[in-house]
Amino acid sequence: MTGNAIEVHDLVVRSNEVTAVRGVSFTLPAGGRLGLVGESGSGKSMTALALMGLLPMGWRAEGSIVHDGVDLVTQSDKALSHRRGRTISMVFQDPLSALDPVRRVGRQISSVIRRHTDADMREAERQTLELVRQMNLPRPEQIVRAYPHELSGGQRQRIMIAMALACYPQLIIADEPTTALDVTVQKQVLRLLNSAVNERGSALLMITHDLPIIAALCDTVAVMYAGRIVETGPVAGVFRSPRHHYTRGLLESQPTMDNIALDGSSRLSSIPGMVPPLTNLPTGCAFHPRCPAATDRCRSAMPELTGETSRWACWHPIAATEEAATS
Amino acid sequence: MNAGALPADAPILAVRRVSQTYRLRRQKLFAPPPMLKVLDSVSFDVRPGEAVGIVGESGAGKTTLTRILTGSERPEQGDVFFGGADIWSGDQELRRKFRRSVQVVLQNPRSSFDPRMRIGTSLLEPLRSLAIEGDHKARVLEVLDQVGLGQSALERFPHEFSGGQLQRIAIARALMPAPKVLIADEPVSALDVSIQAQVLNLITDLVKDLGLSLVLIAHDLSVVAYATSRVSVMSAGRIVERGKPLDLFVRPEAEATKNLVGAILSVEAGLAGRGLD
Repeated sequence: MTGNAIEVHDLVVRSNEVTAVRGVSFTLPAGGRLGLVGESGSGKSMTALALMGLLPMGWRAEGSIVHDGVDLVTQSDKALSHRRGRTISMVFQDPLSALDPVRRVGRQISSVIRRHTDADMREAERQTLELVRQMNLPRPEQIVRAYPHELSGGQRQRIMIAMALACYPQLIIADEPTTALDVTVQKQVLRLLNSAVNERGSALLMITHDLPIIAALCDTVAVMYAGRIVETGPVAGVFRSPRHHYTRGLLESQPTMDNIALDGSSRLSSIPGMVPPLTNLPTGCAFHPRCPAATDRCRSAMPELTGETSRWACWHPIAATEEAATS
Repeated sequence: MNAGALPADAPILAVRRVSQTYRLRRQKLFAPPPMLKVLDSVSFDVRPGEAVGIVGESGAGKTTLTRILTGSERPEQGDVFFGGADIWSGDQELRRKFRRSVQVVLQNPRSSFDPRMRIGTSLLEPLRSLAIEGDHKARVLEVLDQVGLGQSALERFPHEFSGGQLQRIAIARALMPAPKVLIADEPVSALDVSIQAQVLNLITDLVKDLGLSLVLIAHDLSVVAYATSRVSVMSAGRIVERGKPLDLFVRPEAEATKNLVGAILSVEAGLAGRGLD
């Protein structure tokens, strides 16, 4: 294993009808934190599923996904399944549908450990209890004996994280891990994920539409729109001085408490139009129908990523701010 | 806007000391089933043309309060007043007027439309079920225009629309009977980020232009703060704090409010390295 947890080159994910991911490349160094931002239909979840080898029936990945010295695209289902949970694991959005409803959660975690290590039953159970304890769950001895439906949403998501971390994977993919949770629990779970990933030195690929989560957890960000990365770079640089109009639009449409009028008459700035359906993508830059700076060139030619530390795919990028130029 | 011969600042919709208890599933064969008090003596009101918010964690009682405000549920104790009249002791005519004057927009537009019904039919449904007379065709076109959609939407089915468009149509449907109060229960949390701002702006604009009262229910204090001038914080079936959104944000008093304020994530805090503090 070299310095990178994963290298994705020109990934295309398609079914017979539509292409969800249209040429995505990124590199996540060992122990790095990459945030993949996008809305529904941006291809972010399909990218994650391709990395896990869990694409739905009828979908296939092209390009290359180099992880742990092999190209995952060319691997057999059996090889991929042997890898899942061991070198790559995933925390899904909805733990209730990702956990087995008829098995005790402790058993589900210990079976991951037994499958991928040579630990015997007692050792696996000991490790499971320790993991559950690390997840700050109350009364771990009782929790491991519970079924998923007996736990709260936050507890279930902690179990998912415990399971994902059980075998010290090189890469953890978290797909919207907190959107199904209550707001007040969200931060606790993120804190836990953050420290658990830190302790193990795993790389984290955080997939979300929530920019504040990226700002809190990641060092690098890639913004996806209509199956392509439109802007990528260090989180601080991209968020302080976005160069792509879509990134700026997303940042500006975040409600914050800083600029609210006292009488409730504030307006959020918003991106006009809607996310294009995959079956009917605009020509050229897919964002052009919603972009304030669009010209004929944007309608006819697709921009490629350009730039050094931060990179953006836009014919008419926003000028860099002073602050970003110095940082 | 006048809901009757009332002073302008009298509430158009109000609940007074409302309590509601749900019977839970029986746990033991011969023991009485446990009861869950979901609302505990809640008082809440909204005046004509005013936008108010309700925030709280899930399980705080927000949805039950919504159901009582819309008349879908009759409270066990306490009263619901519309235009000063008690709707549950009044006559049929009053409840009919109440039903058409208080309309609701729900969280997930995908599950609030009949997938086999054309949008045009769905939009006419409230007029049909409330037995409202008049030029329905003209009314449909008028509300579609108000939410920024064209006539072509009428012949299409719900699956042909994106979530944001469908939420616009849900708002249009709520506007059909020309209500006085719009109740929006988490209207943007199921939508894409770039669409959330659009829909939130649409709701606040419509409320202003049409002079409606708005009750906005959400778990996110910053969303509520954008659209309303007065917020009630709910926790465990009670309203634990009321105030202007900014005051609640800067000086939260109740534990539940502090939790909600503490839960807000912001890009700025994240970039400053205190995103998870």
